[in-house]
Amino acid sequence: MLWFSLLVLIPLVAVIITASSGGWSAFANQLQNEQTAAAIWLTIRAALVVTLINVVIGTVIAWVLVRDKFWGKGLLEVIIDIPFALPTIVAGLVLLSLYGAESPLGLHWANTSRSVYLALAFVTLPFVVRMVQPVLEELDADVEEAAASLGASRFTTFRRIILPSLTPAIAAGAALSFARGMGEYGSLVLLSGNLPFESEVASVRILSAIENDNPEGAAAIAAMLLMVSLLVIVVLDLLQRRMVRRG
Amino acid sequence: MAETRRSPRTPLTYVLRIIVIAYLGLLVAWPVFLVGWNAFHVPDVGFTTQAFGEIFSDPQMMHAIQLTCIAAVVATLINLVFGVSISMLLVRTEFPGKRILSAMIDLPLSVSPIVVGLALVLVYGGREGWLGPALESVGIQVIFATPGIILATAFVSLPLVIREVIPVLEEIGTEQEQAAASLGASTWQTFWRITLPGIKWAVIYGVVLTLARSLGEFGAVKVVSGNVLGQTRTATLAVEEKYLNFDQQGAYAVAFLLASVSVICILVVFVLRARGARVR
Repeated sequence: MLWFSLLVLIPLVAVIITASSGGWSAFANQLQNEQTAAAIWLTIRAALVVTLINVVIGTVIAWVLVRDKFWGKGLLEVIIDIPFALPTIVAGLVLLSLYGAESPLGLHWANTSRSVYLALAFVTLPFVVRMVQPVLEELDADVEEAAASLGASRFTTFRRIILPSLTPAIAAGAALSFARGMGEYGSLVLLSGNLPFESEVASVRILSAIENDNPEGAAAIAAMLLMVSLLVIVVLDLLQRRMVRRG
Repeated sequence: MAETRRSPRTPLTYVLRIIVIAYLGLLVAWPVFLVGWNAFHVPDVGFTTQAFGEIFSDPQMMHAIQLTCIAAVVATLINLVFGVSISMLLVRTEFPGKRILSAMIDLPLSVSPIVVGLALVLVYGGREGWLGPALESVGIQVIFATPGIILATAFVSLPLVIREVIPVLEEIGTEQEQAAASLGASTWQTFWRITLPGIKWAVIYGVVLTLARSLGEFGAVKVVSGNVLGQTRTATLAVEEKYLNFDQQGAYAVAFLLASVSVICILVVFVLRARGARVR
């Protein structure tokens, strides 16, 4: 307990207290800085968009991994986990090699806001897949067969039978993916170029505030990030409970 | 599972399969492959291991790798001991505030590494931190030194062991432990002889994942370390430094080393899991 407090709780409380040390107006002032506001807005937008992408493609990937069978599927299983285990700075370098200046595809996305979406999509890939996959494996095929035998189309079966039981897992994965997206830093350093108003995210703003010896400013943005993440996690938790009750 | 469930194959099956392969290929497989390629392949020269030779003969680079290994191993050991004991606490005992604690455990996974670094600096910073000046006066420097790097690494990888161990502890139940206790085993004996063998595999997965995460931590370490050449520069910080200094070959080579370690970690867990599934 003591170790946990020393390592996690006290430092995080320190962030909140430092952020509020100048009162509400100082806190709001820090966030109203145009460049900071642009960075926070980009971060929220990118995290939301990428989470939506993950909800769709993550569920599809989990579906293919569980229900389909083909040569090389084991390889895909390993590939899914790579973004989680790869050091974030290496992840940035990895993406730069395909989407950077020397791109063999001719896609020069580095230093644009697209690179932010790309990097977030990379690092948050495993969350929805790994949440949905075990639930899908446990799912009883009998119910689906019953639905089909009663004349439900494949789409209806999916929407009415499968999707409701996957919803909690998808929501949990989405929450993790959003929170991770909000705070991403390492993979963006090399890839996005950190151009103000274009590809600079909130974490980068925090770091430059720290480096400019402005801990209050850094703490204000950090507190803001913590609050947004917390809010989304609470909202998704509520949604998930409602779904479970209805189911 | 004795029977494999499979949906009837329709054109949709193939469309989905192709979408998934294309998405993963473009987003993960191809870029990761290119890093390996770039580490060994120099334009106009061909394949060479020269970049690796330079890394291993550069004392500062070796120091960075060594520091990364030390920090990762110490942080993993801390998280191993702490993770197993807090899992025991959360599963086997009741106390007020338990729900909040178990919700807080996952926090490090969803907090930005930069915020982690900032939080640690605010508390342990030498000049203005809450505890920093006191620690400094007894001769312990945390921020801009190795202890800070270890703290940051331990923070970000904290939940990994716990998340693996808790479900297994819940599943194995307390019957065997109670039997051991009723036969006169001490708490300590019960833990070593009964509980630990039961959660062995979960602990091993957790440790492998923690190690992989620890070796690669970048953001939090960047804030707390100060990135002093030959002292507090870690391998991940060196990748950034090399790339920004137009030493792309070197950056790709270090990145390749780090990536290999993490891919090996994933493969180890993958193989262990597959074996575990067969045994069960």
